[in-house]
Amino acid sequence: MSEPISALNHASYEGIAKVEECGLQGMITLRGDLSDKVLAKAVKDATGQKVPGQREAFVDGDTGVCWMSTDELLVLVPYAEVEAKLAAMTNALSGTHALAVNVSDARAVFRVSGANAREVLGKLAPVELSAEAFQPGQIRRSRLAQVAGAFWMDDAETFRIVCFRSAADYAFKLLKVAAQPGSEVGVY
Amino acid sequence: MLILNCPYCGVDAEETELAAGGEAHLKRFGPGSSDDEFHDYLFMRENPKGVHFERWRHANGCGKWFHAARCTQTLEVFGTYSAQTTEPPQEIKDAITAKRPGWSWREFS
Repeated sequence: MSEPISALNHASYEGIAKVEECGLQGMITLRGDLSDKVLAKAVKDATGQKVPGQREAFVDGDTGVCWMSTDELLVLVPYAEVEAKLAAMTNALSGTHALAVNVSDARAVFRVSGANAREVLGKLAPVELSAEAFQPGQIRRSRLAQVAGAFWMDDAETFRIVCFRSAADYAFKLLKVAAQPGSEVGVY
Repeated sequence: MLILNCPYCGVDAEETELAAGGEAHLKRFGPGSSDDEFHDYLFMRENPKGVHFERWRHANGCGKWFHAARCTQTLEVFGTYSAQTTEPPQEIKDAITAKRPGWSWREFS
């Protein structure tokens, strides 16, 4: 069995904020009726979290659940456990109109941390990122320059960013340029 | 810059996050319809200076289709609403009437 390696294998960059590729992250896309009790229990069993409301993200380390749309959740689990969690989830949802798919290897995850993290993201996404508008516990699906990306905050100065693995190199270069030393804008 | 509120995820999304989907509330004429009806369904589109109804997709976001009512002349947005409807809801019509008394668009007014 070959050893799984993430897109950029923990590449990192230090500028006005620290940019890191987080490595492998287990991810399950779950689609279905989010008000369904069976689905809620499957999410609870996999992550220990309740089903998030509109644009909420309940993430603790590499486990959690994020709201992606009115009928879609992103379930985060440790990479090593994703097959077992997916099997349990698929089993629990067998009688329900729902679909769970392992998308771990289709994604790349980045962390941007530091006092200027909001600035770095603010340069790339058309999103209001002031402390009043965007807080830990929220997720925002948007774009990073030309590619789709979603992000949430782990704490007041740390963003976690998810994008497609095929765009990982592009996204990392974007973040590096946005975090260049001396490029502070001073808006946030 | 056009900013539309996505009715599904509640985000004020700006134009670059959205994909335009053309005119809203088209009625499909398929098999069994006359050539004229089919022609009109395929090719005839409104091109108003003023109140207009459009379909948009929150492409770089939740991915859902929705409807928007806006003014093509001023870029003023009257409101956005769910895609699961065949005509604009009353509150959207009321919002337009408040700003553009006497408006009409296809069979709606």
